[in-house]
Amino acid sequence: MSTGKNLRLTIEVWRQASPDQPGRFETYELDAVSADISFLEMLDQLNERLIKEGKDPVAFEHDCREGICGSCGFMINGQAHGPLRGTTVCQLHMRHFHDGERLVLEPWRAQAFPVRKDLVVDRDSFDRIMAKGGYNSTRVGNAPEANSILVGKETASKAFDAAACIACGACVAACKNGSALLFVSAKNAHLGLLPQGAPERYRRAVRMVEQMEKEGFGGCSNTLECEAACPKQISTGWIQRLTRDYIRGKTVEDTGEVAESGGG
Amino acid sequence: MALDGKSPTGPIEGRWAKRKADAKLVSPANRRKYSVIVIGTGLAGASAAASLADQGYKVKAICFHDSPRRAHSVAAQGGINAAKNYQNDNDSDFRLFYDTIKGGDFRARESNVYRLAELSANIIDQSVAFGVPFAREYGGTLANRTFGGVLVSRTFYARGQTGQQLLYGAVSNLWKNVDSGQIELLTQKDVLDIVVVDGKCRGVIVRDLRTGQLETHMAHAVVMCTGGYANVFYLSTNAMKSNVTAMWRAHRRGALLANPCFTQIHPTCIPAHSEFQSKLTLMSESLRNDGRVWAPKKAGDTRRPEQIPDEERDYYLERKYPTYGNMVPRDVASRNAKYMCDEGRGALGLRAVFLDFRDAIKRDGKHAIEEKYGNLFDMYAQITGDNPYQSPMVIYPAPHYTMGGLWVDYDLMSNIPGLFVLGEANFSDHGANRLGASALMQGLADGYFVIPYTLPHYLAGQTFAPLTADHDAAKSALNDARTRLDKMVAIKGDTSVDRFHRDLGMVMLDKCGMSRTREGLAEARTEIRRLRDEFWQRVRIPGDAKGFNPEVEKAGRVADFLEFAELMVHDAGERNESCGGHFREEYQTPDGEALRDDDNFMYVAAWEFKGVGETPALHKEPLTFEYVKPTQRSYK
Ligand SMILES: Cc1cc2nc3c(=O)[nH]c(=O)nc-3n(C[C@H](O)[C@H](O)[C@H](O)COP(=O)(O)OP(=O)(O)OC[C@H]3O[C@@H](n4cnc5c(N)ncnc54)[C@H](O)[C@@H]3O)c2cc1C
Ligand code: FES
Repeated sequence: MSTGKNLRLTIEVWRQASPDQPGRFETYELDAVSADISFLEMLDQLNERLIKEGKDPVAFEHDCREGICGSCGFMINGQAHGPLRGTTVCQLHMRHFHDGERLVLEPWRAQAFPVRKDLVVDRDSFDRIMAKGGYNSTRVGNAPEANSILVGKETASKAFDAAACIACGACVAACKNGSALLFVSAKNAHLGLLPQGAPERYRRAVRMVEQMEKEGFGGCSNTLECEAACPKQISTGWIQRLTRDYIRGKTVEDTGEVAESGGG
Repeated sequence: MALDGKSPTGPIEGRWAKRKADAKLVSPANRRKYSVIVIGTGLAGASAAASLADQGYKVKAICFHDSPRRAHSVAAQGGINAAKNYQNDNDSDFRLFYDTIKGGDFRARESNVYRLAELSANIIDQSVAFGVPFAREYGGTLANRTFGGVLVSRTFYARGQTGQQLLYGAVSNLWKNVDSGQIELLTQKDVLDIVVVDGKCRGVIVRDLRTGQLETHMAHAVVMCTGGYANVFYLSTNAMKSNVTAMWRAHRRGALLANPCFTQIHPTCIPAHSEFQSKLTLMSESLRNDGRVWAPKKAGDTRRPEQIPDEERDYYLERKYPTYGNMVPRDVASRNAKYMCDEGRGALGLRAVFLDFRDAIKRDGKHAIEEKYGNLFDMYAQITGDNPYQSPMVIYPAPHYTMGGLWVDYDLMSNIPGLFVLGEANFSDHGANRLGASALMQGLADGYFVIPYTLPHYLAGQTFAPLTADHDAAKSALNDARTRLDKMVAIKGDTSVDRFHRDLGMVMLDKCGMSRTREGLAEARTEIRRLRDEFWQRVRIPGDAKGFNPEVEKAGRVADFLEFAELMVHDAGERNESCGGHFREEYQTPDGEALRDDDNFMYVAAWEFKGVGETPALHKEPLTFEYVKPTQRSYK
């Protein structure tokens, strides 16, 4: 439960008023941060002070504050979502830091994620990828009885592992190439693993990858930094599957061969 | 004026079929001539937008999030009910209907609730088709668990992230329609008002959150799916940006708001730890399948739980409610936790009780418990720094869900023609208390299977003035929104928006929370008015409303909460009975259960706006119960 401890911290925050203005770091001293509060609550506290002083509060994205909506995220000392593995920054608590620490906060840096203000970036590029195949083409009203589609426990569980991605963008920020392959491959695996998503397996892979390239995301850096940064611990194993599906899809396109199914 | 919910009559199993048979249709070729605005992309909004687009209507889906996938439905943990009877444990549409009516303490419309039960099974089919990875048995069929207030196993789940997966399923169908051009998706747009032309809802005023620009969007009908208002309490399990604005603005334009005082305080949440606490985290009700709730027998016992021997523990839910035990409905569980703390028997001397997995781990092994609740246990450990596999969770009730909302008829249309309201934003199905795993069910039933039948019926029966943003009503709504923003930003006072929100929350939790009294509610009204006056004199919003400015967004929402709160308190003060989550201390049975007054309060209280600070006008919709006879609820 409560530690009752207080910390003194120095934080350097990237301040940038708008996309077209240059940014710079600003330093703030905080002298009594409770170790029991969350990282974002620490920023709330700073903002309350800035507002009182008539200054502009630090903009950061957030909403659910329980690690599930994928809104939050920025770099803390060069690490996406901070030092704790498998944790979004909204779930990170100050007890993981020590007295006197200096923390540098920066927005996600990636060509496909332009900075809007301070720690907030635009991630619309993710959604444009999703709108190019991140679905099963079925209509409301024509679903068969649920238990008529049997899905083994392991398959369902694997599909879930991939589906757990919250689209926060940490994978892109952590990759030196700004690659979105972890994100795209997780989406591709989630749907492609299930029998319901199998008919569009290859077409989906091709369309999503092509959109990803259009958005300016880079290629795989093979450093696995994305997996290390992912708050949902999505596995890089899915990337291989995406590559295979993509190649198969391209072959189908080129040869006109029929490849509709292939779940699993 | 008595309100008419327009429920069909006749045998309850046939009412929805009858309504559908009577509904007018729009021919496939004509559908593209109609445009519909859907506000919100949670379960209700995403499913509605996609279903209407699948039929061929032109849809604009609007949300304030940067992506539709972030709607707060994403946070739902435990599961979704459906009367599939896969467990062969005698479940049926009727039983789900019965449980929901009883769980709601006889303050919901029978016809609506029966329809909800009837549609529940198909929701699972639809969600599976969209790729929702529900939990499965080894043989490949779907798995179930049990939720509170029921004696069957009808809850479907995807680990502890059911809402996330159902939402991704619904949103994926939205993507499909974005891809085909059938849906225009407008993210980061805050709806600040609705536009009513010749008595019909024809559009919305939005603020683009990136540019600060105000825009008018017009359509033939508007579907509002903006979620609940539990953030009126400031600290709640809702996301930080969940709000009442769209609902409240519609109310100000004439939409009736029903039963606003029916709010749900969820029994199992992680208690607040400091002044800077920004939200509360739910620990899913599903945990009560295996977790046992207890408090020390002795008052003032601050020992660690491991040091308290069994004979000094009071498993008070099991003791008081032997039939349902730990699975009593939420209102009952919350109230009892409060009683324990009021008696000085809080866990560790705090205002909290224990939720203990010791016996379940002993019985099933740690692995089995981890499989079922792993992510919840992790979340608990992350937040508190304690390990719930080793010692019990420490929990306390927190504001969670709001049963009240905009009044709608059986077709889910408000009293403003053309304004439909779905999901948590309407008042319709849960009466005075919602059972677990039934909000996801309702949102998706509304969006997948109700609105695609009732909205076309409305469209087909109307003649419309041409769509134009030049209409006086649209211009004046736009102007009102601009004036209000300018006024707010110009105050340049000395107090932050958050401070006002926190103060309001304190008043609401204290005086209009788990238990309410006539005097307390009167005091609350005075305090709300004082806060509201102060807000308009002293709020400080840094910068201006011209560009991206989160403080402007927050300020607008808090200003609306400060008006809405007064209506909520008024409703609570006028309902001189206790029912479900609405507990008036003056009205209780000798053993502290809610005491309804069916002779005088068997109605929906739908309020009409008469001005800020003015007494609203009450419209009653009488409730009749033909199939479930109202009784004193008993879970003993
Ligand atoms: C932590 C938690 C756990 C829960 N667990 C369960 C569970 O296990 N089972 C269950 O059945 N229920 C559960 N519930 C309840 C359930 O999740 C919600 O009632 C339900 O998801 C609400 O869905 P909705 O579509 O009505 O609204 P939401 O999902 O809240 O969506 C609201 C949408 O409206 C938009 N919006 C709001 N205002 C505006 C505006 N002014 N302008 C533009 N857009 C706006 C938002 O951007 C968002 O897209 C839980 C709730 C919480 C908080
Ligand atoms: S705020 Fe939702 S994941 Fe962090």
